[in-house]
Amino acid sequence: MTIDMSQFYQVFFEETAEHLAQMESLLVGLDISAPNPDDLNAIFRAAHSIKGGSGTFGFKDMTEVTHILENLLDRLRKEEIPMREEMVDAFLQAGDILKAQLEAHQNGGEVDPAAITEVCERLKRLAGSEAALETPAQQEAAPQITSSQCFLISYTPDAETASNMERLESLYAELASLGQLDFTERDGAAKTMRLTTGAKESEIRDIFSFIANPDQFTITPAATEPAASDDDPGYGFFSVEDAVQQDTDPGYGFFSEPPSPAGSEEEDGFGFFAPIGEIRSQVEAQQGYGFFEELPAPARHEPLPVSAPPSPPADAPAKYGRRESDKAGTVTAPGAESSIRVSVEKVDQLINLVGELVITQAMLAQTVAALDPVLHENLVNGMAQLERNTRDMQESVMSIRMLPISFVFSRFPRVVRDLAGKLNKQVELKTLGESTELDKGLIEKLADPLTHLVRNSLDHGIESPEKREAQGKPAKGTITLRAEHQGGNIVIEVSDDGAGLNREKILAKAAEKGIPTSESMPDHEVWQLIFAPGFSTADVVTDVSGRGVGMDVVKRNIHEMGGRIEIESALGIGTRMTIRLPLTLAILDGMSIAAGNEIYILPLAFIVESLQPAEQEIKTVSGQGRLVQVRGEYLPLIALHELFSITPKVTRPEDGILVLLEAEGRKIALFVDELLGQHQVVIKSLESNYRKVPGISGATIMGDGKVALILDIGALVHMTN
Amino acid sequence: MQDNEEHGGARSRELLTFTLGREEYGIDILKVQEIRGYDAVTTIANTPPFIKGVINLRGIIVPIVDMRIKFNLGNVEYNQFTVVIILNIAHRVVGIVVDGVSDVITLAPGQLKPTPEFSAGLDTEYILGLGTVDQRMIIVVDIEKLMTSRDMELVEMAAA
Repeated sequence: MTIDMSQFYQVFFEETAEHLAQMESLLVGLDISAPNPDDLNAIFRAAHSIKGGSGTFGFKDMTEVTHILENLLDRLRKEEIPMREEMVDAFLQAGDILKAQLEAHQNGGEVDPAAITEVCERLKRLAGSEAALETPAQQEAAPQITSSQCFLISYTPDAETASNMERLESLYAELASLGQLDFTERDGAAKTMRLTTGAKESEIRDIFSFIANPDQFTITPAATEPAASDDDPGYGFFSVEDAVQQDTDPGYGFFSEPPSPAGSEEEDGFGFFAPIGEIRSQVEAQQGYGFFEELPAPARHEPLPVSAPPSPPADAPAKYGRRESDKAGTVTAPGAESSIRVSVEKVDQLINLVGELVITQAMLAQTVAALDPVLHENLVNGMAQLERNTRDMQESVMSIRMLPISFVFSRFPRVVRDLAGKLNKQVELKTLGESTELDKGLIEKLADPLTHLVRNSLDHGIESPEKREAQGKPAKGTITLRAEHQGGNIVIEVSDDGAGLNREKILAKAAEKGIPTSESMPDHEVWQLIFAPGFSTADVVTDVSGRGVGMDVVKRNIHEMGGRIEIESALGIGTRMTIRLPLTLAILDGMSIAAGNEIYILPLAFIVESLQPAEQEIKTVSGQGRLVQVRGEYLPLIALHELFSITPKVTRPEDGILVLLEAEGRKIALFVDELLGQHQVVIKSLESNYRKVPGISGATIMGDGKVALILDIGALVHMTN
Repeated sequence: MQDNEEHGGARSRELLTFTLGREEYGIDILKVQEIRGYDAVTTIANTPPFIKGVINLRGIIVPIVDMRIKFNLGNVEYNQFTVVIILNIAHRVVGIVVDGVSDVITLAPGQLKPTPEFSAGLDTEYILGLGTVDQRMIIVVDIEKLMTSRDMELVEMAAA
């Protein structure tokens, strides 16, 4: 029996895309000078999974790239070679190639073979040319190492090597690159030297292994020189008396295994930490520092440390303990994400069914409300319970579609990094509220508008470092992405501390484009001008932005999602774009209103207030257009029954209700017969069986089973123009 | 019922017949989802008069078209005998209001006569032919073509 592998392709594509995204976010977040071993391991694991998966499915090209990638990563995580900035670039490039390859497999197509070869070459070069590059990099790294130790090395070269001074010198140079190298015996047949270094014993062994057999040299950890003892814990803590005096950072001395069992750490990157954890738990188990007694030799010789250095050891386990818990955190995280893959279709079907249930429940509730509660007590109680359960069920079903916004945010570190490099700007990206959840459908639609806003902020908002410094700002600009829930909405902010919008420039540009403006326009109306199609204040059109396509598209996209976008800006201080979106596309908080015999739903998000006007507040202009004065503001008054040709029950605004609606920065007063109530309504599409109706965004089913239409406020505001 | 007479490649077809005023129409029964009484509809503003509005059909929003208004036939009144035929065409669900449903008939291909060219409220383009059963003339309509046509304004048309 053959298994049709193609049925698993989709899973592989999805998983690989996730692995790649994870790799990228880890890479971008990596601290080059001191990469977190956990992160390196996670990146390695991701690459390894991709390699394994692509191998299984026979995508050879991907396997090749990941194999080379993995080799380099493996050396990095084993700390055989130091991390460098250009490696991150190469990794990111490789990630891009893999993404392209993945897409090619998924949708057909071809990846430029030259690009693949280039990346592979680059990675190979980085992995291979280490011997040459190691020395300077290590020297750079050396001063950062605070806790070093001392090794006594004795080496008896064979006759051939002994006569080859060049080889010996290069060996010495290599050793010296690890730390401070002092010769105790240089000229004899057996050479002994003392190396003070932060490197591990295994690294020294590696250097020797190039030219010598293991039996030709011995490496023994030794007491550090007294001169270095101040900042040097040394393994000698227990054996050398004068070293005991030092009291800073004794971490190594207490907790590390004496490295004499040769090279045991070599295989296991975590071997270094694990014993600490063990010892730590021992420490805890034994209450306090009792383990000093367990090591009778030093305790007897030198009782002093028992009382003297209690606080540093207390620090040390705490420090490493945190490390342990960090690790535990990252290890448990994937476990917590344990999930099953379900097609969106099935979830949507479930959501639809729950929507029906909500409607049925509302219908029953309406019927039951007409019954005598005394006679039908059980029924009424049952209905109350049903209502509660339905609401809970609705919430949990909706939450299936909810994803944290980090799915969108995670792409931006890369975008910002690439773009900042291209524009020679220094930018830091801050993201807040990444765990804020919203509907999957919205997340997908949000990616493009947000990318646009971030690119805009980077290109137009953040100034060049020189300009910033001249203005007394830090050279590094900040772009902040923030998401949070506010009531039934999600609010996403893109803010920068850049130049801000220039009012004069925008007004001038608007006049040039023939958009009606006036000097007395309030700021927020001026800012809205940048959403006009073809609007750009960029002096120079770059390939990043400035063509004026974009902001109008951004606005349109946000509107399609039922949201709105606002701008706040101060010249020289920065700009903040705020996007408000409904949490989900399927359910809406609405106010039901009546006009004649019809019931309509107004989305609550657009309602500012509702009021009953006094007769004298209704004004007319040239006897036709009606205005209403609300707190000093004149708003156009639109009667819903006139707009929709309905026979109304009331014709005078003062007998009905005015609902003030705000959309696209404009306000109108909608005249309706009466307000009926507030509901959560399930949005049904009119278009699935009918077609788009102007002024109507959708329909819903009310408690009595009737259909009510949901008004499209944005369109209403336009219709009144 | 299922006589698979292969005459000129055409099969005999089963039709649901309904009346509009004094005329009798037939449509492919496979397009019919169900038949139900006329309920109150939710009207949609600024639509042609023959589009009565939308109803809730077990959670689906279904537009209702009154064929009597569309074809200018019969007395347009809504009572307990008014019938809505729910059609399933082109992956859409649409209801049509008719005066009454009369029968399910089987027309052999030979019973279907071509439509002469003449001007009527209904474009002959949508008429498949005229059938005769017991002295009755049945106008056989290509309901899918009709309902998705531009005339009905039911489907969003590409600007062509």
